[in-house]
Amino acid sequence: MNAPPGPLATRRLILASVALIGLGNLPFGSRPAHAANDKYPEDAFKQKSQADAIKSLYGRSAEPSDKIKLDAPEIAENGAVVPISVTTTLDKVTSISFLVAENPNALAASYRIPEGTIPTVANRLKMAKTTNVLVIVEADGKLFSATKEVKVTVGGCGG
Amino acid sequence: MAIRRRDFLKAAGAAAVSVGLPRLARGADSAGIYDLERFGNARILHMTDTHAQLNPVYYREPSVNLGIGEMAGQPPHLVGRAFLDHFGIRPDSADAYAFTCFEFEKSAPRFGKLGGFAHLKTLIDRLRSDVGGAHSLLLDGGDLWQGTGLANTMQGRDMVEVANLLGIEAMTGHWEFTYGEQVLRDNLERFKGEFLAQNVFLTEEAAFNDAVAFDKATGRVFKPSTIKELGGHRVAVIGQAFPYVPIAHPKRFTPDWTFGLREDELQKHVEVLRRSEKVDAVILLSHNGMDVDLKLASRVTGIDVILGGHTHDAVPQPVAVKNAGGTTLVTNAGSNGKFLAVLDLALDKGKVSDVRYHLLPVYSELLKPDPAMAELIGKVRAAHVSDWSAKIATPDRLLYRRGNFQGPMDQLICTALRRELDAEIALSPGFRWGVTALSGQPMTMEDLLAETAISYPETYVQEMTGAQIKDVLEDVCDNLFNADPYYQQGGDMVRAGGLSYACTPANAIGNRISELRLDNGQALEAHGHYKVAGWASVNAQQGAPVWDVVAKYLRSGRMTPERLGPGVTLKGVDGNPGMVGQG
Repeated sequence: MNAPPGPLATRRLILASVALIGLGNLPFGSRPAHAANDKYPEDAFKQKSQADAIKSLYGRSAEPSDKIKLDAPEIAENGAVVPISVTTTLDKVTSISFLVAENPNALAASYRIPEGTIPTVANRLKMAKTTNVLVIVEADGKLFSATKEVKVTVGGCGG
Repeated sequence: MAIRRRDFLKAAGAAAVSVGLPRLARGADSAGIYDLERFGNARILHMTDTHAQLNPVYYREPSVNLGIGEMAGQPPHLVGRAFLDHFGIRPDSADAYAFTCFEFEKSAPRFGKLGGFAHLKTLIDRLRSDVGGAHSLLLDGGDLWQGTGLANTMQGRDMVEVANLLGIEAMTGHWEFTYGEQVLRDNLERFKGEFLAQNVFLTEEAAFNDAVAFDKATGRVFKPSTIKELGGHRVAVIGQAFPYVPIAHPKRFTPDWTFGLREDELQKHVEVLRRSEKVDAVILLSHNGMDVDLKLASRVTGIDVILGGHTHDAVPQPVAVKNAGGTTLVTNAGSNGKFLAVLDLALDKGKVSDVRYHLLPVYSELLKPDPAMAELIGKVRAAHVSDWSAKIATPDRLLYRRGNFQGPMDQLICTALRRELDAEIALSPGFRWGVTALSGQPMTMEDLLAETAISYPETYVQEMTGAQIKDVLEDVCDNLFNADPYYQQGGDMVRAGGLSYACTPANAIGNRISELRLDNGQALEAHGHYKVAGWASVNAQQGAPVWDVVAKYLRSGRMTPERLGPGVTLKGVDGNPGMVGQG
């Protein structure tokens, strides 16, 4: 393809550059190479509730921040693959995690952000039903959050 | 029966509005409704949601259009007398008949049908020649290609010809997408205007596979906007297609495309138009629906006017919405060809200094049909409509559709589905298109198709549990009454036959629907199994098209919409001016 790299290509590059720690509801085979020094947070992914997962993963709570931009559809076109992305202007970001409140296991994904990486993550999450998506950004040792409701609907129209 | 000119002059006025300061002039009888005072240096004509109604129609506006929370009592959530009082319209006037359900049956014979493309053509040509060709623009907000048997059979080709003769210069879409990508593209090849949509993108898979797009770099499938020279100024028109096409309709029609509100992309595009293109005005041609547009206007800056549709709200005056960059006017121009909106702009360098807005009812008995358009309509109808002209029934009551919860037309469809498909419960979509049939007037197959003609009309019969049925009702109800308009899809509540329930619109999802009962009075059991018939499913179905099922029922001589239970009982909305009685 001769077209200049657009946002889609850029996003792939960014994804390739961040280390993947885990995907909550997907089969998880081998341990990602980049996370060699970090233990896979098995316990956090097993927690049912959002609060328990955050506690297990970080051991403390997060404050809402307007420096996190969470991009998610208001109404999902397909609950099985909901595109959700996050970018932040916070400094010294070390991890970004995604939680889906009413999924069977709340923690959906957690990414370790190596030093010098642009803190942007785009992924697609499976959502069981209408609920809040919560993102946690760990920056300079502190935890920050942003949330948005994503509706998963059975469909059908008026108009 | 013809309306008398004198009646009409007394009745019809025109609303005028200044930016940020609405000024009421409705009820003035100093000039004919279509003799507009010259104002400004550019005129934009806006039509929307005509649903392919080529000929004039009866269409009863809703008696239930509830606004909940912050929207309670705010336009467009006013009906009947509350609407008339708010906009200063006399109850016995032609405007009262055009804009509201007030005494509809009494007024319909007096003031006649509205709309019709030959009548629209006459009005549009006159309003354009009044200001000179280089000063005017004609826009269509979508839902132009769907709504009749003819449009459905021809997959919108008839409407493209009509749009070209009418002189539509730009449009956006909603039901246009339900013919699928190939038909849409073929039709757009023939369309002389531009199809605009800033909020339709290739899916990542389609982009990877090098699918066709207007702009491969951004993934935008269609041109997002156009810039027109009007009266020596540059006016940008951005298209906003219905944001929830793949959710509200079968995804199979648009597998490669992803929609959404795309607020950030819209904001960026407005800024590019303002900074790089140096436009003097930015207009959003929107199919979001009015509540969504009102919220969007409070968040996105730099748009002068949102010309809105989708929710079929005929709102005589724009609503001025403040945002961080100034004020945006939000309009909604009704449906079925009943209205033509006239936006007169006083344009200056880089800004709109003043605005006049009129939402003109298209009274077919006051406008001479344009001969060329009448001929074209005759030609496109000839091939198909003769098959559909025989009477299939004579309604014994007024049959209308529009209303948040139910209407006799849909009750009749539900009854037919239950009887013909032998089901305990019937579900029918809460569409807002579909014209009104008067009591005692013959109803033809063409009339029935005007209530049902879609590209996925297959009926189904399936077993559902009581819990599943409640979930469906809750889900659709949230599309109407979610406190945040961005989570609303527009349209009305799914219609239920053989089932009564109570609804508390102000509650949250999961807690709005209660007291579900079958027609025999039995409570619906969460774990019980019920035979449910329906149509317009987003999943592929195999049953006969709904129009054949309903026609069979009507031809058997039965015409009465059955309702044994109490229907829908509303809770917590007493005194809401979006409601006349229960409904």
